[in-house]
Amino acid sequence: MSKTEGSASADVIPGEWRIRYNYSVGKVAGAFFDGLRHGRILASHCSKSGLSYLPPRAYCERSFAPCDGWTEAGETGVIEAATIVTAAFEGLPPPPYAIAYVRLDNVSTAMLNFVRGLDLADVPAAAKRLEPGARVKVVFAERREGRVTDFHYELV
Amino acid sequence: MRAQRNVAVVGVGETGFRTHHADLTYVELAQQATLAALDHAGMTPDDIDAVVFSMAPTQFAGVNDSDKWAVDSIFGAGRPLMRINTGGATGGSAFQAGYSHIASGLYRTVLVVGADRVAETPDTQHILNLIWDRFYERDFALNTVTMTALAAQRYMSRYGAREEDFAEVVVRARRKAARNPNAHLKAATTVGEVMASPRVSWPHKRADICPRSSGAAAVVLCDEETARKSKRARPAWVNGCAAITHSVFMGDRVGFWSDTEFADHDGFVLAAQTAYRRAGVVDPAREIDVAEIYDPFSSFLFPQLESLGFCGRGAAACLHGEGAFDGDGGIVAANPSGGTLCTNPIGVTGLVRAADAALQIMGEAGAMQIKGARKAVATAIGGSTQFFTCIVLGDDSN
Repeated sequence: MSKTEGSASADVIPGEWRIRYNYSVGKVAGAFFDGLRHGRILASHCSKSGLSYLPPRAYCERSFAPCDGWTEAGETGVIEAATIVTAAFEGLPPPPYAIAYVRLDNVSTAMLNFVRGLDLADVPAAAKRLEPGARVKVVFAERREGRVTDFHYELV
Repeated sequence: MRAQRNVAVVGVGETGFRTHHADLTYVELAQQATLAALDHAGMTPDDIDAVVFSMAPTQFAGVNDSDKWAVDSIFGAGRPLMRINTGGATGGSAFQAGYSHIASGLYRTVLVVGADRVAETPDTQHILNLIWDRFYERDFALNTVTMTALAAQRYMSRYGAREEDFAEVVVRARRKAARNPNAHLKAATTVGEVMASPRVSWPHKRADICPRSSGAAAVVLCDEETARKSKRARPAWVNGCAAITHSVFMGDRVGFWSDTEFADHDGFVLAAQTAYRRAGVVDPAREIDVAEIYDPFSSFLFPQLESLGFCGRGAAACLHGEGAFDGDGGIVAANPSGGTLCTNPIGVTGLVRAADAALQIMGEAGAMQIKGARKAVATAIGGSTQFFTCIVLGDDSN
């Protein structure tokens, strides 16, 4: 048996996974995405608990009853948590960018999205403007494709 | 739930933790921890009735569902074996599964073991991004860094904590890690150095974030009769375990309508209350000597100390700066091991917390030992800040 080449303990064998998917959207997300196409953000509503959910759910997690209606979210809301990303991550947008959980008017829960149109050069100063309690508005993309990325937030 | 039988930790094994273990494969690493724990317990593989395997996303190590690969290396063949995965809380949940195996009366002796190699891929944060909902959240740059930055920003806003307070956590954690032979990051640092490290995701800077660690850990759990006969004069008794799970949607945990608070790590309010009740702990600040806290980010320590009942809301940063969590007569010795901030082999991190807490109770923590430690708590958090596990260990079987 001949000597195996490159058998030093520091050796590595490279690998890569490539896996493809088609994610079924389902009825609830489908209705939400249809709303986005028409420039509306629809929250699922449970008449038993009175809660409205974004992202929408099939069932209310408080009453354990099915969500039985839809509520249109307001065009403004309040930041509940935010961060400004200044490092590059594989598969994510080039930095800098800001993201925030925003509780839109008429909705009980907060939904994550980008906050655009804000100067991020001075990170601590920008973070100050994104503190919980800051008001934001929803801005829709001109061309919508029925995806959650059809809108973003901007400071009011 | 009432335990049918008392359970003790009688053996602990850890490899050193570092970026790469070029000399061992993933399963050989798990085997090293297994052998060390069995040796520490004075047992052989024949003494083990069942195995719990602690492994979170297997994409880090790059072998799908690597528990299958590991079976022979950890002496799992011929006995029941299950894998547990609750993300960052995996080790805590695996420990609790092992505990339940014995407390229920089904098995006498259980090996809980796992390994991780987080730096085997450069795409770690991409893998972590994939845990979120495809339709609503994944597009918005969530990963463990940005998720925890969101909670930290909210915590700062609610309680007035500053970036410098978090930097101080790094300084003290490194100082403690220097006494831990297995710790990954041990170099001394300063608040100034942490503040000057590159910004990643407000308020996190590079030095506020744990390393990507490789290594393995194992514990041997057994029932009281076996523990009394074991070579361990001072086992670490499992006085109480509890866990709480939250929705994947962090946006459900903020604002007027929420019954939980994202910034507070308040899964531990319920989990700790339950674990303390089972352990007979009434006043944790007085009764618990050591807390091995799951803190992969410097912002994790304060909300957990508060939710675990060691101080009031918003008080931890100030008390921490005064040294109240360093032992030496303070409120509680937090992370004498240096904690997760200095060592994070994700799939076993929760198990390392419990193992390091057990060593404190056994009086075998070496240079990390907190004198007279009789009660310890170990925590872990996983998923979308979602799975919370809490384990109370003591020198008495209760």
